[in-house]
Amino acid sequence: MPTYFEKKQLVIPGELLAEGDYLPGENTYVDENKIYAQRIGLVDVDNKKVNMVALRAFYVPKVGDIVIGTVAEVGFNGWTVNIKSPYNAMLRASDVLSRPFKPQNDELSAVLSAGDLIVAKIVSYDRSHDPQLTVGEPGLGKITRGQILNVVPTKIPRVIGRKGSMISMIKQETNCQIILGLNGVILVTGKTVEDEELAITVIKKIEQESHTSGLTDRITQMLKENKVNVEEP
Amino acid sequence: MNDKSSKLIDKKGIRLDGRKADELRPLKLQVGVLSNADGSAYIEHGKNKILAAAFGPREMHPKHLALADRMVLRCRYHMAPFSVQERKSPAPSRREVELSKVIRESLEPALFLELYPRTGVDVFIEVLQADGGTRCASITAAALAIADAGVPMRDLVVACAAGKVDNTIVLDLHDEEDKLGDADVPVAYMPSLDAVTLLQMDGILTPDEFQRAVDMAMNGCKKIYEMQKEALKTKYMVVKDTEEKEEDEEVEE
Repeated sequence: MPTYFEKKQLVIPGELLAEGDYLPGENTYVDENKIYAQRIGLVDVDNKKVNMVALRAFYVPKVGDIVIGTVAEVGFNGWTVNIKSPYNAMLRASDVLSRPFKPQNDELSAVLSAGDLIVAKIVSYDRSHDPQLTVGEPGLGKITRGQILNVVPTKIPRVIGRKGSMISMIKQETNCQIILGLNGVILVTGKTVEDEELAITVIKKIEQESHTSGLTDRITQMLKENKVNVEEP
Repeated sequence: MNDKSSKLIDKKGIRLDGRKADELRPLKLQVGVLSNADGSAYIEHGKNKILAAAFGPREMHPKHLALADRMVLRCRYHMAPFSVQERKSPAPSRREVELSKVIRESLEPALFLELYPRTGVDVFIEVLQADGGTRCASITAAALAIADAGVPMRDLVVACAAGKVDNTIVLDLHDEEDKLGDADVPVAYMPSLDAVTLLQMDGILTPDEFQRAVDMAMNGCKKIYEMQKEALKTKYMVVKDTEEKEEDEEVEE
């Protein structure tokens, strides 16, 4: 029952990872009792479960996820929203208006028009139906200010850090509000553009170096250094 | 035909381009060459130069082509007008339509089509320069492009041809051998799973010769597979290397 990899080794689709008494985790599959990789990524084994962090992947909707999307189309009774996934999401008009929607009274494009960015939550999704969104909760809705940043969706957990340590540190040090869309879209809103830029560079660095050790220390250092630079003049 | 083809291999068993019977043409593979595609790859296989780009999975357009229970893979094999000596009309020819289908069917077994119903993956293959064996080189490049796009795969697909020239079974035929030779056997193969996804034969071979040609082609596939793996890993290793450099700089500071 051997494994065929070292911790955090880079593997590619079809590479044999383990044989026998192991469980297939994310981005892996089983064929004749052997576990293979499905994507390019880094493998790890955790309590008999072979897990893989993909370096390249797309977002697959999940009920309950907060995502950031772009309104792609205004329809008859709702909006089509691009959430950077294989499926376009639907946002219904009645959900946004919080009252019964009457096509003769309400002009949908006055509320949200094509190109608008929204923070939304996925309320339903399965194999046969496109994801449905809601904005009827605090913190959700149209984005009016801030900057948008795209990262590979599988790297979002790294940006959050263990129990949210990374993201709360960035928020604190940069004085920015950060909303992480699980689809890999991040909204950064700060008091000044400099604050926002700093938060963005830090997040980009995390994305690039997500699979190296000692990342938290380097990020802490980077934040401290830059904060001094900003306050000096 | 025989007196013509007798020139294809000399007395020492060396072919027109200086190779031995079981030798591959020089290969160069590169991943992630196009920034607008989700995934891409470039292959130089002898004188062949081929670009492959992959998009998706994404919503199918036109929508009626989407399937309710699985993902659709679409392939477009196209030869540039300047890819051959005589100008090739840019309109898709019968041969290109057929090769698109053949390439699609050799890649499909590698994908988990059932995972993302109602979506489509598009693969565009552009032959910039052709010199025999473009279908094989295209499959090799397309598999890399799909993997680079982050689409889950069972294994990479590699393809290589073998054939009969001057009564000898040879590996990886080039254009002239393909045209003047007696037979051509392209094989596409998933090495980790030991599964053949494409097997064609053009020409006449005895069962014994056929078996030898298939074995030879599969061995060629395995050699190319190593290079394919290398190319894919190189792209993602580059990230690691730059990080190490950055770390060094940090230390210097």
